[in-house]
Amino acid sequence: MKLKFVKALAVSAVAATTALTGALATAQEQFIPILSYRVGLYAAGGSGFFGGAIDYFNLVNANGGINGVKISWEECETEYAATRGVECYERLKKKNGGATLVEPLGTGIAYGILDRLPADKIPMTTLGYGRSDAANGQVFPYVFPLITSYWNQAAGMIKYLGDKSGGMDKLKGKKIVHLYHDSAYGREPFPVLEAYEKQLGFQLIKIPVPHPGTDQNAQWLQIRQANPDHVILWGWGVMNAVALKTAARVGFPREKMLGVWWAGSEEDTIPAGDAAKGYTTMTFNTPGNYPVIDEIRKKVYGANKGNLSDKDRIGSVYHMRGITAAMLWVEGIRNAQNKYGKGKVMTGEQVRWGLENLNVDEKRQRELGALNMFPTIKTSCQDHEGSGAVKVQVWDGKAWKAVTPNWVVGDRAMIQKMVAESSAKYAAEKKITPACLPG
Amino acid sequence: MQFFFEVLIAGLLSGVMYALVALGFVLIFKASGVFNFAQGAMVFFAALTTVGLKEEFGLSLWVAIPITMVVMVLLGIATERIVLRPLVNQHDITLFMATIGLTFFIEGFAQLVWGSTVRKLDLPIQDVPIEFVMERTGMLISQFDVIAAIICAILVAALAILFNKTKVGRALRAVADDHQAALSVGIPLQHVWAIVWAVAGFVALVAGLLWGARNGVQFALIFVALKALPVLILGGFTSVPGAIVGGLIIGASEKLAEVYIGPYVGGGIEGWFPYVLALVFLLIRPEGLFGEKIIRRI
Repeated sequence: MKLKFVKALAVSAVAATTALTGALATAQEQFIPILSYRVGLYAAGGSGFFGGAIDYFNLVNANGGINGVKISWEECETEYAATRGVECYERLKKKNGGATLVEPLGTGIAYGILDRLPADKIPMTTLGYGRSDAANGQVFPYVFPLITSYWNQAAGMIKYLGDKSGGMDKLKGKKIVHLYHDSAYGREPFPVLEAYEKQLGFQLIKIPVPHPGTDQNAQWLQIRQANPDHVILWGWGVMNAVALKTAARVGFPREKMLGVWWAGSEEDTIPAGDAAKGYTTMTFNTPGNYPVIDEIRKKVYGANKGNLSDKDRIGSVYHMRGITAAMLWVEGIRNAQNKYGKGKVMTGEQVRWGLENLNVDEKRQRELGALNMFPTIKTSCQDHEGSGAVKVQVWDGKAWKAVTPNWVVGDRAMIQKMVAESSAKYAAEKKITPACLPG
Repeated sequence: MQFFFEVLIAGLLSGVMYALVALGFVLIFKASGVFNFAQGAMVFFAALTTVGLKEEFGLSLWVAIPITMVVMVLLGIATERIVLRPLVNQHDITLFMATIGLTFFIEGFAQLVWGSTVRKLDLPIQDVPIEFVMERTGMLISQFDVIAAIICAILVAALAILFNKTKVGRALRAVADDHQAALSVGIPLQHVWAIVWAVAGFVALVAGLLWGARNGVQFALIFVALKALPVLILGGFTSVPGAIVGGLIIGASEKLAEVYIGPYVGGGIEGWFPYVLALVFLLIRPEGLFGEKIIRRI
């Protein structure tokens, strides 16, 4: 029975100390700016994700760093706002010898700094969001939509719905509602879903929900009237819990709902209570416990260096996503060290090469204590995504459980073609000559 | 036709929920002429405090609610003492700006005290269709929404009695008309303001509990205030019944517009449609449907 503000003050004190540590980082430390959001509309997701990343940094440092190079970081609160995010990026990019990489966890901020990255020579990862066509490293050499982009996720969704129906051909004549956050984010999968609609012959019904989505009676009455076979929920924040509760209210089975991975966390289902039971979503982490999470519990939280004030959130969806992101960043730095000098601090440019040549196979995942926690990843100049695989998870009322034992991959060839076309258009618009950067 | 009525009733019930938030604005404006920008933040703070007391201290909901009520009253009194009292007789815009500052303070303070995680709030009201109605008409009317409407009706009746039949109510109206004149006839302005902010805190608590149970207790609760603005423009800033009627009109029209006009224009119009409607009303009747007509001597 402790007051949260006491905890908050303690966390603030730790954060302040951590920030100071970052500010005093020596030249032997690899500096990573953290553009986090811990207050505001999306704080629940932000605190989990960035908490996971910092927990992993602390674990790496506790284990001696990356070939002896410790990680230092400094947080800057963006409140998920693009303007503040860009300001944070500008403030931190040259600090402590320069930023190694950046992960804004927000499409608006990512778009805001996208054009600055090549000049600053800082790579940006966008795990599971942002521009899907940024997977083409010849046009976007400094952007890494690692693991899976929205387009591959949408392809994975249709593949899963097809398999569930008994085959892709069985989707013919079915109705699929795309209930989406009325923003660029919600419209991102349109090209993929429309292409599949033409190819497979199902009927796609697009229903937008105005931001923030606190009342969805009108949308769900429309859905009930349309009586679809499946509803894809492409929501964000409060919209997800409201969608689940309103679906229950109009008697729409949650088993027929398939959410995007930003609609698939404990923060989305717990507020919805029983209405969330049986609801499925995409994910790029297999829910469960892993040796790396146990190690974080023991070495980081055991030493009172844990970033989450609520220990029950350790291993939650957002926390695991943050750990995964940090693990891939560290692998990118390690990879760069293997080429440019072990035990040395890497520049942004060198880390860019490290991220472009990632190879996190099952053997490496096992060494990291994260076997099957995320899909295997192999990046290249042509493929900054490195995987394109997703999983489906179901909420059983208390926790997420994996539905698909194996990773689901949609029509990769179709998505690659779309990536090539869209990125070529961007290159023409920005007068970029597509090419792989030299190592 | 059945679908039309279903949409209409769902809209009316949503409108009641908007009206619940609008009531808090009306109270403050009626008594002090201040548009309280912080009402949405108060809704969020009240809901978060209730659920925080319940989860962090293991209290039952029925203990957490009265404690939160006390907290909201103290917040109201503190607002009067620290923010409003020094600004007596200042321009309305000064007071309005003060409430903007108050909004950000409450939002930040709430998250500092209780954290920023999303929480579940269970009220003993089920959010399921009423079986009786479903069997007879085939329409799905939420039990939760109907009970929320009844609570709102009780609240409005109580507020109407407070304003029209009590000594405090007369004092509130006198202060609203003219601060200085009210002071000159011996009405304690500070007490009146403290009372009205405390009552607004209570209304915020009721709204926070109902909206929190519906959507989960999270930062997005502050956005329910946005739904209340067109309600106020339509119903009038000074009328309690106006808030209800405005809420019903806005709720019903936005749902009908979304379902019947939305598909022709790409959908997603319910976010801005109520504001268009409110603007039209503003042009025709600037004081709103039930607002007091302001006549000034030039």
